[in-house]
Amino acid sequence: MKIVVCIKQVPDTKGGVKFNPDGTLDRAAMLAIMNPDDKAGLEAALRIKEECGAEVTVITMGLPKADDVLREAMAMGADNAILVTDRVLGGADTWATSTTIAGAIRNIDYDLIITGRQAIDGDTAQVGPQIAEHLGVPVISYAEDIKVEGDSVIVKRQYEDRYHEIKAQMPCLVTALSELNVPRYMTPGGIFDAYDEKVVTVWGRNDLKDVDDSDLGLKGSPTKIAKASDKVRKGAGEKVALDASEAVEYIMGKLKERHVI
Amino acid sequence: MGLEQYKGVYIYAQQVDNELSSIAFELIGKAKELAKDLDTDVTAVLLGHNVSGLVDSLAEYGADKVIVVDDPELETYRTEPYAHALSSVINEYKPDIMLVGATAIGRDLGPTVSARVKTGLTADCTVLEIGDFPINPVPGKEDEQKHNQLLMTRPAFGGNTIATIACPDNRPQMATVRPGVMQKIDPIKGAKAEVINYNPGFVKNNKYVEILNIIKQAKTTENIMDAQILVSGGRGVGSAEGFEMLKELAAVLGGTVSCSRAVVENGWLPVDLQVGQTGKTVRPNLYFAIGISGAIQHVAGMEESDIVIAINKDEDAPIFDVADYGIVGDLNKVVPALTAALKADLAAK
Repeated sequence: MKIVVCIKQVPDTKGGVKFNPDGTLDRAAMLAIMNPDDKAGLEAALRIKEECGAEVTVITMGLPKADDVLREAMAMGADNAILVTDRVLGGADTWATSTTIAGAIRNIDYDLIITGRQAIDGDTAQVGPQIAEHLGVPVISYAEDIKVEGDSVIVKRQYEDRYHEIKAQMPCLVTALSELNVPRYMTPGGIFDAYDEKVVTVWGRNDLKDVDDSDLGLKGSPTKIAKASDKVRKGAGEKVALDASEAVEYIMGKLKERHVI
Repeated sequence: MGLEQYKGVYIYAQQVDNELSSIAFELIGKAKELAKDLDTDVTAVLLGHNVSGLVDSLAEYGADKVIVVDDPELETYRTEPYAHALSSVINEYKPDIMLVGATAIGRDLGPTVSARVKTGLTADCTVLEIGDFPINPVPGKEDEQKHNQLLMTRPAFGGNTIATIACPDNRPQMATVRPGVMQKIDPIKGAKAEVINYNPGFVKNNKYVEILNIIKQAKTTENIMDAQILVSGGRGVGSAEGFEMLKELAAVLGGTVSCSRAVVENGWLPVDLQVGQTGKTVRPNLYFAIGISGAIQHVAGMEESDIVIAINKDEDAPIFDVADYGIVGDLNKVVPALTAALKADLAAK
């Protein structure tokens, strides 16, 4: 069985958010990490590999430095890694990104494609379903659990107030929630192999299959940014350090002042 | 075909178990404003099986037309038959604008349909307006500026930046819209819409998945997006049992308990009580943030609350940066004492 896992390198917004003096986000000071939903997807693939036997290929589109997340994925246990990088792919929206990744995946044999539900920098949740659409395979989004049964997958698909247990014929694409599992750590041996033994395959525009130039990069993106700005945040109000009875008195006073009680 | 042939503001009228979701009415409310600016009308697209009974309430909330695709394949939401139905409606009726709720259904249906009809999709929008693109004309290229464009504004980067996005060269202009943000109108009793029945035909293929089981999670909880007072707890509450005291505080205030993502990840409370980027956006009159550090993903979901009171033992917790009133203290002492004081206050009235 062959599994392709799509991963993305993202700035770490969790906990370690850094701001410039002018209040804008200091991206340079933030760590670049493997997107959490993607990492859960990779872990799910590695567990399937352990249970049923599978070859796991990770693929990312990004700048050359995205090599880091591919090495991390191989240190966790992925067998192959592909970096899709090319100047002409820059500035892509979700349409152009999914077109690019689908164009790369067309070169690979696969039974199952796993992507994260969404990346923490954009939060769109669009690229996974759009890759499936371009490739003509079924998509199951928001997976809380993935099992392989013969030539099908059985997925627990989350909704707001329920979940569906869904059976899909492979090949298919599943988007993973970070709640799916707790991803493993890299092993020392794995890190050694990932950097010294294993190879990251680098593909450019010409390696993409059945893709038009007009569908790639900034030019191929139907959506265009009209304006981007840093969000004006709600400012800090009063902050007091009080013991419990003083705190209660303080809060009661404010609730009365604001006509809540 | 020229873009000018695409007309009208369409919304996807999400129903689950043949009950319309609140987002359907919220989208109609926003669509009416957009349609007024564009001098056009609002069409709701209703997909399902035996759903014609829902048409009138869409009309009462402001839909001028309702396109109904009624087919047994649409009994329960599955990506393929729904995407086929909605993209067929788009190809047949050619809307200028197509709005979908950013729900667990809409965030699956929207991207699939946008890829199929080859147009852009802007996710999780919080502001939609009609305007020009580019917003300011490029000097010397004034005649290239496009008017009457849908400008879609969304938070990105964990809520730290806001981007306004346009889709100038493809139609329809598609957006998913965050639930709880747009206002529905007061229903107009007895209003009627023009009903169009349409069925594109459904042929099973490899993309039709099989639903083996539907497990509903008991809806023991209220909708936190409707609450006027929220008592929200985070990792600092310490345990599922710790939430009992928050529930007591909420009860005496007539409010509802909600939480941060860490609480859901620890299994202390269900996901439908989660506030934040991956949870719900709330804007109550009063928001208590108790033992919540205030990661930006959380703040993105609650910062429009009128009054924010934060209680946290860590004086450097970022939640204090968005709190109107911040108490550096021990929540385990403050919360029960506050509940007692509120009870005494009520009893004295």
